[in-house]
Amino acid sequence: MSASDELRPQDEARRDGVIHPEVLAGNDESERGQDGRRLQHAEGASRPISAGALSPKAPREPQPRGAKIRGDRPIDQAEAAERFLAAPMHQKAHDARLWDLRTKRDTAAFGIPEWEELRELASQIKTHTLANLDRYLEEFEARAKANGVHVHWAADGAEHNRIVHGILKDHGAKSLIKSKSMLTEECGFRHYMAGTGIEVIETDLGERIQQLDNEEPSHVVVPAVHKTRFDVAEVFSRTMGTDPENDDAHYLAESQRMHTRPLILEADAGLTGCNFAIAETGTVVTCTNEGNADLSGNVPKLQIHSIGIEKLIPRIEHLGVFLRLLSRSALGSPITQYTSHFRAPRKGTEMHMVLVDNGRSERLGMEEFWTSLKCIRCGACMNTCPVYRRSGGLSYGATYSGPIGLIIDPTFNKRKYSTLPFSSTMNGSCTNVCPVKINIHEQIFAWRKVLAEEHQIPLLKQGMMKAAGQVLSRPATYRAAIGAADSALKVLPRFAVYNPLNTWGKGREMPEAPRQTFHAWYKQNRMAKAGGKKTEGIK
Amino acid sequence: MRIGLFVPCYVDAFEPEVGIATLELLERFGLDVDYPFDQTCCGQPMTNTGCHAEAAATEALFVKNFAPFDYVVAPSGSCVHQVREHLTAIPQTDEVKAVRAKTFELVEFLHDILKVEEFPWAEFPHRVGYHGNCNALRGIHHARPSELNAPFFSKPLDLLKKVKGIEIVAPARPDECCGFGGTFSVFEPAVSAKMGYDKVSDHAQAGAEYVVSADSSCMMHQKGCAERIGVPLKFIHIARILNGATA
Repeated sequence: MSASDELRPQDEARRDGVIHPEVLAGNDESERGQDGRRLQHAEGASRPISAGALSPKAPREPQPRGAKIRGDRPIDQAEAAERFLAAPMHQKAHDARLWDLRTKRDTAAFGIPEWEELRELASQIKTHTLANLDRYLEEFEARAKANGVHVHWAADGAEHNRIVHGILKDHGAKSLIKSKSMLTEECGFRHYMAGTGIEVIETDLGERIQQLDNEEPSHVVVPAVHKTRFDVAEVFSRTMGTDPENDDAHYLAESQRMHTRPLILEADAGLTGCNFAIAETGTVVTCTNEGNADLSGNVPKLQIHSIGIEKLIPRIEHLGVFLRLLSRSALGSPITQYTSHFRAPRKGTEMHMVLVDNGRSERLGMEEFWTSLKCIRCGACMNTCPVYRRSGGLSYGATYSGPIGLIIDPTFNKRKYSTLPFSSTMNGSCTNVCPVKINIHEQIFAWRKVLAEEHQIPLLKQGMMKAAGQVLSRPATYRAAIGAADSALKVLPRFAVYNPLNTWGKGREMPEAPRQTFHAWYKQNRMAKAGGKKTEGIK
Repeated sequence: MRIGLFVPCYVDAFEPEVGIATLELLERFGLDVDYPFDQTCCGQPMTNTGCHAEAAATEALFVKNFAPFDYVVAPSGSCVHQVREHLTAIPQTDEVKAVRAKTFELVEFLHDILKVEEFPWAEFPHRVGYHGNCNALRGIHHARPSELNAPFFSKPLDLLKKVKGIEIVAPARPDECCGFGGTFSVFEPAVSAKMGYDKVSDHAQAGAEYVVSADSSCMMHQKGCAERIGVPLKFIHIARILNGATA
């Protein structure tokens, strides 16, 4: 999936002779959910989302770029989000596209009566696995070795990169094709490889767009979702020489395929990430819609799989639970087009697996945050997040964006990502869509406490809260602060919304102050009268 | 049954009529309602920002004010969620735990404790859209959130359906957060305001004349957003409708 965001339904002419008539007529029982309703397969059912005027002469809105990265200094997500909002064509298309995914997710999830039980089961399997991770990792390693796989262990991202680079060097590889992997993004693998003379080619369409544009993925499943067709046409014309005026999605996808396919067929090595690693069989399972993990794994004679150690599940029988949840949560489709099991090297080839920690063991020891390791990277929390949909994933300035990013990123760098847990209204929708039941919004709340205690929040903010706490805990001071009786407006709009910079009034009208506070009304109407419990008809 | 009425700070200051309606409504059911005069706030602005130590004295004051009552009732799902789930900056004595357990939001108090069957005095002949505050919806379970595959229920809609003449219309994104988010509204103002614009536009497109909510904070934000972009919506707290306000 994960391509240019303007997916058009195939026109009828193209469908003729390609799709079985029974499917077209909607009579195929396999196309129905358990409740008998026809399933909306994510891609086919996508509504075309206009990114603005159709006229080719219309001015094109430049793509807003992500958060400014300045070393370890805290990311200003609000600033980047404001720039995203200042590009209304992009923001509108982004919001519509991701809300469409949320809607499809609901339809797919509600088509399964036992959906909530499945979530609970998946959560429990992950709890069990993480509680026994050492044992399952050793079992996985032993099985993989018995299958003829070379197994490596990497303590952090740098070690992962050195190991993979070492394998490639040993084989004299000059080019590497890889499928989408958030773990390799986390390790900064592509940046590392840029200095080695070995060419890395992303095979996922969305990820390839991002690579060609020298940008990070903005979403874990649809990495270029913040771009419009126009943006992709611009990137492809600049990097592959396509027609800059032609932003037809099929033309762009086909051009990219023609450009990249020869590189894939001639590559010396392939690398994939891992959706699930099965301990009892030593198998790596990948789930894609483009089949690009299969190309990366099956075409070159040298294949490497990078695996975050939290990807383990104990047995093959557990896989079905997660497969039923993954694509329904991500895209609203029953399953990904390709679910591939990599177990042993093909004849005459070599297979490596790199098990990567990169902070996971430490996170496992964090009482309030360890369950974030259950994440299966479906992106449902991003799709449902009203802040994410209006900010764009790049505004977070981190590998992981959206709700799951807010609770994972600070484990990598507490100072740099100290602001992210505040980029949330803590509305809780993320927790409810999470297929493995991570209490995301509660962890966002818990992170704020940790960050305040460790003085990783701005002094201004903490100072304001200290002042507020002092006033709010002293009734007489509080009453004096908001005005003796009827003049609440003078102090309250500033005070009540804790607003020294008048950011409230920037986008909103101020509330009108009433004649008197409830407090003053009560004093006048209920306390002044002896035993007065009668109300003076107030409207 | 002695009821302690908690009037959240922004209701006290900006919407006193909501406090009055809550008081009158509870009294209509023959309850003995007291307003502890030294009350201020539940502590949410501080804990919401991570500053728990800074919230401790305010939380202690809340407990001191409301310990004597059988129930504490407030016209705010957000503040009640704070008390029930997050009033943890002070030692959890039996008294603190008791206050937290007996604090109820008005809608759930009417629906679950009083089990009110009718509001014969209430008539509201208007098309309304209901806005569920996120803490009320997902924190104290006012209704079935749209994400969950579970049977539908809604306590506020159950109550509103007992009001004569009311017509309820649903926005396209029923539980999308309006962007208030407490201190989020001032620390991330651009996204907050955009969420508010989208929310009020959604209500207007559904044909609502009024937005009704159990939380004044969300409505204060939405009203400010609606006025800024010129969406002609009116806003009213559910307490006022249930107490018989007609406009």
